[in-house]
Amino acid sequence: MKTPKDLYYTETHEWVKVEDGFAFIGITDYAQDSLGEIVFVELPEENEQVNQFEEFAAIESVKAASDLNSPVSGVIVAVNEELEDNPELLNEDPYENWIIKVELEDETEINKLMNAEEYKEHCE
Amino acid sequence: MYYDKLIFEISTEGRKGYSLPKTEIERREVPDHLRRPDCPGLPEVSELDVVRHYTNVSFKNFGIEKGFYPLGSCTMKYNPKINQDMANLPEFAGLHPYQPLDTVQGMLHVYYETQRMLSEISGLDTFTLNPYAGAHGEHIGLMIIKAYHRSRGDEKRTKIIVPDSAHGTNPASATVTGFESVEVKSNADGTVNLEDLKSVLDDTVAGIMLTNPNTVGIFEKDILEIAKLVHQAGGLLYYDGANLNPLLGFARPGDMGFDIMHINLHKTFSTPHGGGGPGSGPVGVTKALVPFLPKPVVKKTSDGYSLDGETDLTIGQVSHFVGNIGVAMKAYAYMLTIGKDNITDIARFSTLNANYIKESLKDDFLLPIEGICKHEFVFDGLKDKSTGVTTLDVAKRLLDFDMHPPTVYFPLVVKESIMVEPPETESKQTIDKFIEVMKAIAKEAKEDPDKVKGAPYNTVVKRLDEALAARKPIVKYKDLLSE
Amino acid sequence: MHKYMPHTHDDVRAMLDRIGVEKLEDLFSEIPKTLVHKELDIPNSMSEIELREHFASLAKQNTPLIPFMGAGAYDHYTPSVIRHLIERQEFLTAYTPYQPEIAQGTLQYIFEYQSMICQLTGMDVSNASMYDGATATAEAMFMATGVRRSKKILISATVNPNIQEVVKTYALYRDIEVITVNEEDGQTSLDEVKALMDKDVAGLIVQNPNLYGITEDFTGFKDALDEHKGLFIMNHDPSLLAHLKTPASWGVDIAVGDAQTLGVPLSYGGPYIGYMATTTKLMRKMPGRICGVTKDQDGKRAFVLTLQAREQHIRREKANSNICSNQSLLALFVTIYMALMGKKGVYEAQQMSHDHAHYLHDKLLELPTFEPAFDKPFFKEFTLKTTLDVDKMNDVLKEHGYLGPLPQKRFDEAKADLVTFAVTEKRSKAQMDAFVDIVRGLS
Repeated sequence: MKTPKDLYYTETHEWVKVEDGFAFIGITDYAQDSLGEIVFVELPEENEQVNQFEEFAAIESVKAASDLNSPVSGVIVAVNEELEDNPELLNEDPYENWIIKVELEDETEINKLMNAEEYKEHCE
Repeated sequence: MYYDKLIFEISTEGRKGYSLPKTEIERREVPDHLRRPDCPGLPEVSELDVVRHYTNVSFKNFGIEKGFYPLGSCTMKYNPKINQDMANLPEFAGLHPYQPLDTVQGMLHVYYETQRMLSEISGLDTFTLNPYAGAHGEHIGLMIIKAYHRSRGDEKRTKIIVPDSAHGTNPASATVTGFESVEVKSNADGTVNLEDLKSVLDDTVAGIMLTNPNTVGIFEKDILEIAKLVHQAGGLLYYDGANLNPLLGFARPGDMGFDIMHINLHKTFSTPHGGGGPGSGPVGVTKALVPFLPKPVVKKTSDGYSLDGETDLTIGQVSHFVGNIGVAMKAYAYMLTIGKDNITDIARFSTLNANYIKESLKDDFLLPIEGICKHEFVFDGLKDKSTGVTTLDVAKRLLDFDMHPPTVYFPLVVKESIMVEPPETESKQTIDKFIEVMKAIAKEAKEDPDKVKGAPYNTVVKRLDEALAARKPIVKYKDLLSE
Repeated sequence: MHKYMPHTHDDVRAMLDRIGVEKLEDLFSEIPKTLVHKELDIPNSMSEIELREHFASLAKQNTPLIPFMGAGAYDHYTPSVIRHLIERQEFLTAYTPYQPEIAQGTLQYIFEYQSMICQLTGMDVSNASMYDGATATAEAMFMATGVRRSKKILISATVNPNIQEVVKTYALYRDIEVITVNEEDGQTSLDEVKALMDKDVAGLIVQNPNLYGITEDFTGFKDALDEHKGLFIMNHDPSLLAHLKTPASWGVDIAVGDAQTLGVPLSYGGPYIGYMATTTKLMRKMPGRICGVTKDQDGKRAFVLTLQAREQHIRREKANSNICSNQSLLALFVTIYMALMGKKGVYEAQQMSHDHAHYLHDKLLELPTFEPAFDKPFFKEFTLKTTLDVDKMNDVLKEHGYLGPLPQKRFDEAKADLVTFAVTEKRSKAQMDAFVDIVRGLS
């Protein structure tokens, strides 16, 4: 299982990468592996507000459906529309393929997340 | 040879498969502004085209009359032919639902007596046959629970307790009735954990949904204690009738303290599953809950049977007419054929079959819960986990031996679940054959695991790409054309 | 011994020995003694001969009448072929297609069914059936309120009152408010829809033809709903969709209805089959089973249940519907009906219903006791105003073997003088003339 060091993680298996006041959000390797073949991502719309630990999208595999919770709060500035036609990208490389990009509201929220080491432990 | 044509693909312009009488009545047109400008793309085929097509399509299916069908929690017993003949009688099948009561007394007798016998068998006061299916019965049963609490001004009861071993339909039914579902944990043997139950019981609990025997085939021996605890907390007990078969004539849900239940006539009472319906999910209640039953209610009066539409507390109407009465007719014929002299044998022999298979296969398959089961039980995959052969592989390999696999990957509390239910209509010879095949698959899994993983080999199609279907949904013929 | 249970004494002995218990009762020893029941008050078993006699005596207490009433159950003709095919054990005795490799038969006809429902309704995707038209309409309400995250829905007063009742029952326990849109001369009032619609309302439910048999004109409805992102739900008789504008062409988001009109016998109200179809956009919000095309390992075309992540067995408490498989054999029934009738037959049969209904309509209006109730187009069902005592008329008709028209007072006391007739392709000119003669004799 991959857990890149420069990311922060939630207990519900989302990751966030912070860059210049923006947050890229996706699902972890563990999440994609336990979901199995991902067949659909129900994406939110741009300009919608998301709140930390609240649902922002839904993801479906052949055998499961799951809500995705945002690691941070803010307004969605971009949505990875490629996932609409190719949801399997999340299986292929969950860290390269972010789902939404959010304008970060409060950087201190990161303190409530896990680092790579802590997340690894959480998954065991 | 494998027949793979769709009805649309054998359509030939100008053919037809119908006949209509000639009429001298003048033709009139639908007003332009309401008229469809084009023609729906239905096939053009002759009558023999249709008959041959669907006969060939049927060959791609496996039914009970072909072979053993030990699908857990589905009670795939023999579907008697005489029941079908009775339900097809034109004096029943030709009745309009709004015919005057004095012209439908035979039909209402079937309705009334079916519900009366179900009441007697289950120990509840009254049944309604209006629910169309098990899930519909759950929905309606939970409406009754809600209506009951509301009628007492007890609005704070918003929770329904569901064991973690329950079928997904239970929590979904709670949601669509506006309840929140709360999970209680199971003990190692799959029974309800009393301590966990006590910890969630309070005055916000509207009720609990249970199957008994539970989804791993174990009788809840603490059921009287559970009923006492739930009732003391002001909640009601709902019995999911999926597993009623092994209790017939032995023990009654009503006597156990259940207030409401549904019965799947297509499981316990032998009506055909039809590839997924039509079923019938009669709901029974205790005397205190009778006023809440959905309308109309069939009643017996001194002038014969009547349909009663008006009771103050009824939850309302849940079906356009009186449910799948055509299905109830088959269950009625079945109950009369079985009679009180044979009904207990259903419980005995289905339980005997299940325990016999369990004991015969436990050296090869992992048995998570020891002890006497009822009509079904669960293995946790193969005993030898080193081969990498999964429950799915075993199921697929069974297909090559002309047997329907057991239910797999349910209940969720057992990871590699194989849930076996051999109904009472199956003989020792059939069951011995199944045991022999299962042992052979276990042996093959050790000696040639890839063989098992590659199964099935003898079916019309091999394993399917389910992800492809869900990613790029093709859900009608027209989509295929534009592909 | 019973013919349905094959266990011999020797079988039982051998099986008990393997299990390691003495007698059958030992398999039930964990059931508390206080629960063990003595004897049930049900009849003793009957032989087939006795059972047939019993049913024959019950059959004598039924008198199937020749219906001139519809009201949600229509007497269309059932071609003989259908019964023979659906009773093939491969279809009749199979379970839900959980093992697709040995259920391609079921899956294929579901796919054909979905294709045909889409052809009739013009919609993008159909599920593989609902219990009946009324519950399908209620499920459409759940779907719309779920999509719009709303707790309010509009329903037209011209929807069959039984369907309205079922919708309201489903709504009540989920705290959804159902607001009635009044009628205007037998049709849904567009002005009222406009007045009642706002962003908190999930959408509107209408029926076509409606409870009076009127084929409504929905011009302007889609725009009125779009303004507030409301969804348009239409309950439509599928048998009339070779003639009438499709739900899709009216801009409908969810089309539902009862497919009993595709040749399913009356059977005192069930089993029938509801249908539901929607747009590609809402496909993943639709309840029920859906079959799709895929390939097997060898690349061969095959069918499989798909989009299952929508369903209750996966979503559990997050599901928006608890519906599982249902009415599958009825889906096969109407599929075979549509295949037999085909491109022209559905049209021709319903043209006959239409023409014969208009014939009866005109004949009745020649009598002094009837006058039009609405000046609106209808198809096979129509409503007239009468000066006759409705109950008496129907009693006399019953004595002649006919089921008279639906008295609208069944649903609304204020409509004591309105009656609704239904005519299908099965009602011949001779039958209708005889019927009118009886009615003519009444005063």
